[in-house]
Amino acid sequence: MPGIYRRILKWLDERFGAGAVEEFLRHKTVPIHRHSIWYYFGGMTLFLFVVQALTGILLLLYYRPTPNDAFESIQYIVTQVPYGWLIRSVHSWSANLLILTVFIHMFSVYFLKAYRKPRELTWITGMFLLFIMLGFGFSGYLLPWNTLAFFATKVGTEMAATVPLIGPWLLKFLRGGEEVTGATLTRFFGFHVAVLPGLTTLLLAMHLLLVQRLGMSVPPGVERAIEEGRQPARSMPFFPNFLLRDMIGWYAALGVLGALAAIFPWELGTKADAFASAPAGIRPEWYFLFAFQTLKILPAKILFLEGELAGLMGFTLAGIVWVLVPFLDYKAGFGRVTRFFTGLGIFALGYMVVMSALALR
Amino acid sequence: METPGRIPNDGVQSRRRWISLLLGSGVLASIASFVYPAIRYMIPPPIGESTSRSVVAASVNELKNNSGKVFKFGSKPALLVRTPDGDYRAFTAVCTHLNCTVQYRSDLHEIWCACHNGLYDLSGRNVSGPPPRPLESFEVHVQGEEVIVSRSA
Amino acid sequence: MRFVAAIIASLLVAASLSAAPTPESTCITCHSMLDGKLADPVKKFESAVHRQVGLSCADCHGGNPADESMDSMSPAKGFRGVPRKTQVPEFCARCHSDIAYMHRFDPKMRADQLSQYLTSVHGKRLKQGDTKVAVCVDCHGVHNILPASDTRSPVYPVNIASTCARCHASEEHMRSYNIPTDQVSSYEKSVHAEILAQGDTAAPTCATCHGNHGATPPGVSSVANVCGTCHVFFEQLFNKSPHQPAFAAMGLPGCVQCHSNHEIVKPSDDWVGVGQDSVCATCHSQGDKGYTGAQKIAGDLANLKTRLARAEEILNTAERSGMEVSSAKVELGSAHEALVKARVNVHAFDDAEVQKLTDEGAQVSEKAYQAGVAALNERDVRRKGLGVSLIAIVLAISGLYLKIRQIESRPKT
Repeated sequence: MPGIYRRILKWLDERFGAGAVEEFLRHKTVPIHRHSIWYYFGGMTLFLFVVQALTGILLLLYYRPTPNDAFESIQYIVTQVPYGWLIRSVHSWSANLLILTVFIHMFSVYFLKAYRKPRELTWITGMFLLFIMLGFGFSGYLLPWNTLAFFATKVGTEMAATVPLIGPWLLKFLRGGEEVTGATLTRFFGFHVAVLPGLTTLLLAMHLLLVQRLGMSVPPGVERAIEEGRQPARSMPFFPNFLLRDMIGWYAALGVLGALAAIFPWELGTKADAFASAPAGIRPEWYFLFAFQTLKILPAKILFLEGELAGLMGFTLAGIVWVLVPFLDYKAGFGRVTRFFTGLGIFALGYMVVMSALALR
Repeated sequence: METPGRIPNDGVQSRRRWISLLLGSGVLASIASFVYPAIRYMIPPPIGESTSRSVVAASVNELKNNSGKVFKFGSKPALLVRTPDGDYRAFTAVCTHLNCTVQYRSDLHEIWCACHNGLYDLSGRNVSGPPPRPLESFEVHVQGEEVIVSRSA
Repeated sequence: MRFVAAIIASLLVAASLSAAPTPESTCITCHSMLDGKLADPVKKFESAVHRQVGLSCADCHGGNPADESMDSMSPAKGFRGVPRKTQVPEFCARCHSDIAYMHRFDPKMRADQLSQYLTSVHGKRLKQGDTKVAVCVDCHGVHNILPASDTRSPVYPVNIASTCARCHASEEHMRSYNIPTDQVSSYEKSVHAEILAQGDTAAPTCATCHGNHGATPPGVSSVANVCGTCHVFFEQLFNKSPHQPAFAAMGLPGCVQCHSNHEIVKPSDDWVGVGQDSVCATCHSQGDKGYTGAQKIAGDLANLKTRLARAEEILNTAERSGMEVSSAKVELGSAHEALVKARVNVHAFDDAEVQKLTDEGAQVSEKAYQAGVAALNERDVRRKGLGVSLIAIVLAISGLYLKIRQIESRPKT
């Protein structure tokens, strides 16, 4: 490494004692096998989250979170501020890409059973991070205060009221009142720039710490093949080999984001008017479509339960099962592939895809 | 034993240098293409954002009594009137009939639309001609040297 | 019979006297106990404006309202009974033409209804003995008369057309007069009826153009005046136009010639010019000055509309691409205004008057179009900037790739 970097690192090491970290990173390796490609998606998710944080901070310099000013401040950013159009469109597109990659990351970890012992906590912190990303998406969507956002939020938060016992309280908590108003905007803004980032920092720190401590998981099939001598155990150093490859991916993502921002800029829409009627065909963003569609097709009553409540309970149950999968599929800890869980995963993925497609029709 | 004109391992070394150069310049160029917009972005533009709620319509001595001025408010024209008594009134200048831009008539002391002869009084009420509704009125405040027009609460 | 009635009447009077402080007139107390036609007026009178101001049966019909006997209805006591149709106007005018009396109840009320009525076709024919024409009670009702400002009144502006239609839309009724009966059905299709139905009582109905008490259709030469009371600019332009003397000479009814009298619908730009739906072509034919003038006017309007559409389209495209064009859109508003004014100026029937407005509008549209072009250029600049950064990214990626290859081809030491 060039001399100047060496000198700076040595200076920092004398104060932080970061030499140990550097040593550790030098020794970190990444296994090479036919499923290695999925290893990139965790880093990609992290990269896109960093992009969100940076563009978000830039947007914060001009955004005003009140009903009178929110829409106009974004209009200002997009039309008057130099490269404001770029920052804003990147932020909106990257949000969608982030959620896509986080789902890919989650499903790849699921199917490769990387959640098995000793990585249960990595999985749990990861699932909560996924929920938080969805929360980022939902809260951020309202901030431009345009018609689509306003009514999507109205419909989305309406669901909260169906929760038994605490439903009405939960609704008021989310909306900052009975209806979606400026109070909702303030609240969602607070969630989006303070609460959720704070929670993310905590969970992400745990998640990354665990990944570093426990190393990269190798899929059971590959593990067995290595044990049985059918396959050599190959790996590459994380630094610089894997990192350089990671960077290729990150640069490619930046290129895609730039192209999307320049060729398909994110719409401004029309300013929200609380007294106007909801536009026809209102629906949430694509990552909520499967839930939206499910609730649409459920009958008004299932046994003794209201249809919507049954749907909500179904999703909650599914979420709980999903978070607890490392414990339910404990046999994976012994390297055994239980077909049931693979099947469940295929069903879940298929269900989400099919429902989303139906909602788009 | 040296072969004249050939430095051992030079090919590999210079190739390595080219790759490092390519990588370095690529990374630097790409960083520049991200950092430059971000820095330009952070410097506030000369036209400050006026909220859609209020705008400086005129300076204090600009309008004489019994005259009017059309100005831009948000994305629509608006009308500032100084009555014969010296009071300021402000309204949207979009006629409620077919959206022509109205003007103040100092001879009639009323607001007039040139398209179909609609008339509004100095409270914005439609008093004659086709306009079906009054003109939306705005609040006017004088602050120092400026006459500020803002949307009513 | 009379005796029985008298007993019952006095009992009731006693009862009502002990129950209510103000004595109702005996007319009402008696007639309310009768059946059918005789009791009907009492029911109707409940809501009448005359009752609300404290008048009662005797104020119109005479007689003695304090007398419970049938004697209250004797002509000797001033009883006037039910007037004959030909007597109705004078019957009502007994009060309604007496200014001093009327102003006791409503100081601003007019008192010239009878004199107006006598000038009308209805009034003149009534004097000749025609009892099929309308008199006061035919439009205003009899015992349940409400003020014209009451929405339930048959002469409330929104209801006037159906009141006139009672006679004027009936073929049977109008047969002997030889006038059409389609006025109301035509009017219902008009834009005036549409606006009126939305509650804007400034919109014209039958009485607005024809008068109410002095109902006379405007003479052919005065139609333009009637329309011109609201449509001021059009009348002014028309009167200065070559059509005015021409129409007058030919005895043509001004505005009505192109716009119809009752079925006045929203005009379309297709009316102007020489096309299939044009009104100009009904008189003008190829070769005459009017024909070429109409063609020019239609051409100017169409030209401005095309330019406007073009400018709007490009600005919308630019806006959808994320570009700022709101000020250009505001400027374009004045081109719309020019189109509105040009349509007004059509009524000068002089293509120069229309052209100066369409030229102005075309200029503004052109400017807005250029602003749209500039916005799209800016968008393309962005895309070029993107291209530059993509090149930098490709450079970086190739550098990375080669570096990886280089690192991994080095023999492991």
